[in-house]
Amino acid sequence: MLGFTRAQAIGFVAMVAVIIIGPAVLYPVFLMKVLCFALFACAFNLLIGYVGLLSFGHAAYFGMGCYVTAWTAKNLGLSAELAILLGGLTGAGLGAVFGWLAIRRSGIYFAMITLALAQMVYFVCIQAPFTGGEDGIQQVPRPPLFGAISLQSDMAMYWLVAGVFLLGFLLIHRIVHSPFGQVLKAIRENEPRATSLGYRTDDYKWVAFVLSCFLSGIAGGTKALVFGIATLTDVHWTMHGEVVLMALVGGLGTVFGPVAGALILNGMENYLAQFGSWVTVTQGVIFVLCVVAFRRGVIGELAAALRLKL
Amino acid sequence: MPMSRRALLATAAATALPVRPARAEKPTLKIGVLTDLSGPYKDLAGPGAVDAARMAVEESGLAAKGINIEVLSANHQNKADVGASVAREWYDRDGVDIILEVANSGVALAVAGVTKEKNKVYINSGAATSDLTGAQCNANTIHWVYDTYMLAHSTGAAMVKTGGDSWFLIVADYAFGHALQRDSTDFVQKAGGTVLGAVRYPFPSTTDFSSFLVQGQASGAKVLGLASAGTDVINLIKQAHEFGIKMRIAGLLIFLTDVHSLGLEVSQGLTLTESFYWDLNADTRRFADKFARRQPGRRPTMVHAGVYSSGLHYLKTVGDMGLAQARADGAATVARMKATPTSDDCFGPGSIRADGRKLCPAYLFEVKKPSESKGPWDYYKLLATTPADEAFRPLSASACPLVKA
Amino acid sequence: MITIFGKPLLLLYGQLTLGLINGAFYALLSLGLAVIFGLLNIINFAHGALFMLGGFVAWALLEYLDIGYWPALVLAPLIVGVFGVVMEKTLINRLYKLDHLYGLLLTFGCALIIEGLARNEFGSSGVPYPIPDELRGPLDLGFMMLPAYRAWVVVAAAGVCLATWLVIEKTRIGSTLRAATENAPLVQAFGVNVPRLITLTYGAGVALAAFAGVLAAPIYSVNPNMGANFIITVFAVVVIGGMGSILGSIVTGFGLGILEGLTKVYYPQASATVVFMVMVIVLLARPAGLFGKA
Repeated sequence: MLGFTRAQAIGFVAMVAVIIIGPAVLYPVFLMKVLCFALFACAFNLLIGYVGLLSFGHAAYFGMGCYVTAWTAKNLGLSAELAILLGGLTGAGLGAVFGWLAIRRSGIYFAMITLALAQMVYFVCIQAPFTGGEDGIQQVPRPPLFGAISLQSDMAMYWLVAGVFLLGFLLIHRIVHSPFGQVLKAIRENEPRATSLGYRTDDYKWVAFVLSCFLSGIAGGTKALVFGIATLTDVHWTMHGEVVLMALVGGLGTVFGPVAGALILNGMENYLAQFGSWVTVTQGVIFVLCVVAFRRGVIGELAAALRLKL
Repeated sequence: MPMSRRALLATAAATALPVRPARAEKPTLKIGVLTDLSGPYKDLAGPGAVDAARMAVEESGLAAKGINIEVLSANHQNKADVGASVAREWYDRDGVDIILEVANSGVALAVAGVTKEKNKVYINSGAATSDLTGAQCNANTIHWVYDTYMLAHSTGAAMVKTGGDSWFLIVADYAFGHALQRDSTDFVQKAGGTVLGAVRYPFPSTTDFSSFLVQGQASGAKVLGLASAGTDVINLIKQAHEFGIKMRIAGLLIFLTDVHSLGLEVSQGLTLTESFYWDLNADTRRFADKFARRQPGRRPTMVHAGVYSSGLHYLKTVGDMGLAQARADGAATVARMKATPTSDDCFGPGSIRADGRKLCPAYLFEVKKPSESKGPWDYYKLLATTPADEAFRPLSASACPLVKA
Repeated sequence: MITIFGKPLLLLYGQLTLGLINGAFYALLSLGLAVIFGLLNIINFAHGALFMLGGFVAWALLEYLDIGYWPALVLAPLIVGVFGVVMEKTLINRLYKLDHLYGLLLTFGCALIIEGLARNEFGSSGVPYPIPDELRGPLDLGFMMLPAYRAWVVVAAAGVCLATWLVIEKTRIGSTLRAATENAPLVQAFGVNVPRLITLTYGAGVALAAFAGVLAAPIYSVNPNMGANFIITVFAVVVIGGMGSILGSIVTGFGLGILEGLTKVYYPQASATVVFMVMVIVLLARPAGLFGKA
């Protein structure tokens, strides 16, 4: 089924079950935020986990998706699905240009270039009139889905977010297990060999980058509608770090890792909000611990313990 | 403290879902202080703001009337989505009735939106944007302490009156800076002064301002206006001192903590506007002493004073209305607060306007020379006072739908 | 009055000089990054945080021990350098066999920890640090009044950059270092203690950052974010210069400082983005950077 192994299929069913039961137990707005970030982290994982490219500026595509969705929903009155789609296309467009530049270098240089480019986006966002500067775009109405189905209630919005997330998740899984995905993995393992086999590796990397940015934009746009805001938070460099951390905590290159990572980190962010000043330090400690001791991440370690692919 | 216990639970079992323990339902009033506990506003608001809210609770006398009041606090980390989710969850799940503080305009506007949706009460003390009582005002939100219009008005007009009639502005290139530039240019000109030039610098990446300072000096203006805030202003003042800039420097938004961080050697002669200073009179000193007992070695900023003053006024209104009624309808409580004159140690007598603007006088201060200062935190001398009814944007010029309708 | 593109020549001279000063910081920081990268193959994301730490150590020396600017200029880099050595010994040395990306992530985490702790300890609004008495007052350069301290910053930074370059290019330690960069196992086989060389190199790179931090303390606000504001721009400088050459990072650092200074005259709004635009152009024309080996 969709290239899932047996264990992954069970995991997927369990995840869907959690998504369905979740709002009965946990606060739906919190869950929506988790799902948006989970999609964002999955999109990021597509690059780092399957192509081996560390983008350290992914918040740029996520944040621009946020802004464009919020702006079009507020000022043009677009329906929800169109606004989110436009957010995704913005991410993809930006990713197409930045990706084209960044894939000229690989490894650490790639990370630094994506970071620098994303920083430029941040500067543009803080000055451009349409983003509202540091005030952000506020009080964005939740437009009806397909112009007909109201999303005013949190539960209606929740099902939309869950749907978007699951579609994105399956799309990523499909991409990874397509022949295209196999080439990506070949590039990750040994780029010169992939080249010698006749693949234009740069083209493959670029397409993967654009796809990842598209899904990041979708995730950002969805989040903009959930909260009705789009602000500089979403394009700030701390957000680049956060998405990396989500993928890392969950497990780079695992299917469910980024989802688990998003849940853990958002849960912490939400509940650490009461902890006050230790937030940054805690995040740093997790980063260090993960790199030094748990490089496989929560899901990666679990999979290794169970000898499964998750 | 149930919040931190829950937080502990959630982190201790990092992988576990954040399931909430059941809570005994007991009719209590809950005040949420949402502030920056880890970022740039930590000193001027932060933990001190939480303590200020607790002081207001203790002095309200409601406990003696058998009303149980709980103060929660959270760190918005300067992220609008974190602020909005905490606000939603507080209102929806934790039964919070009022949110105080919220430094950071982006987060403040987001919280104002959530508060209106949930029909609760929100009183801002730390954010600068005059949009809170302008285009984005609502019936559940009150803006205490200060805003960009009032800062520009007081500093702009009052400076011209004291002889600073030609200006050069250094502007942070984002909405906050633009608002200050627009308003202060307006007031300087209305008061008969001229603005000889302005330069916009990229925010927030600029650390070296020397070229802008040199341009300002070259303009020949008497006053150098800084339409910026925080670290940038600290850098600007430090470097103006270093370059020996002879102009009078007017900081449009400077907090007591900024002056403390600069030291008097560097900041002497600086002109700035605040609506509260701890050493203004016997009442403010009394508040400052109480504050220093909770935050040893510190003096309150105007944001701390605002949290205390606004919390006290809210609790007084709750006492008048009755707990059940006040909790039931946030807009009605705010309407009642607007109808009641305010009075407290920090801001003296005052009132709240229909658009949610709390009125108080604006004070133009000059930073003392090191020789004039008696010790730490003895920093300001009063130059001029703008009365409360003139300090803020007049209702006739307001874009607030509550007033226009 | 002579003008260039509508700007008085004297103003331009002034801005060029000021740009050079900013460039001095870029050069010092990117030099430290380059030295570390050369041997450890790690992009030290904590560089900005250690730069900040340098400023705070200088402040603490003055505040608590009454040790002034000049001793601090030596002591603070030493203290932070030792801190760097500890960091390398306990954390970073676990990563050498792994993908280099983990080094970036680890040092990013370290930066968060250092900045978070500094914010808890010293608050967010920063601490004052005076200009040393010897360097107060302006120098008359004819076309502008330059504060003496700024002139000192340029001289000190250029001096340290030059000294570093000389050590690496002209001394025996430097040649060992370069050899180890090329082929560590071989150098090890010749009896050089490469792990210790690596540790000391990291300490030295970090000390350079701290040195820049002390230089910055009297003129910039000493606060926990001061490094975070710098580091991303310095990354762009490093990409432009190319990591291959020590000289490259020095020249690019100063050059971009000057370019930024000029932008502040002609179009100040773009002065934050100009470095990134140059980076894009360089990537298009010379992906390996101006001085890098492809």
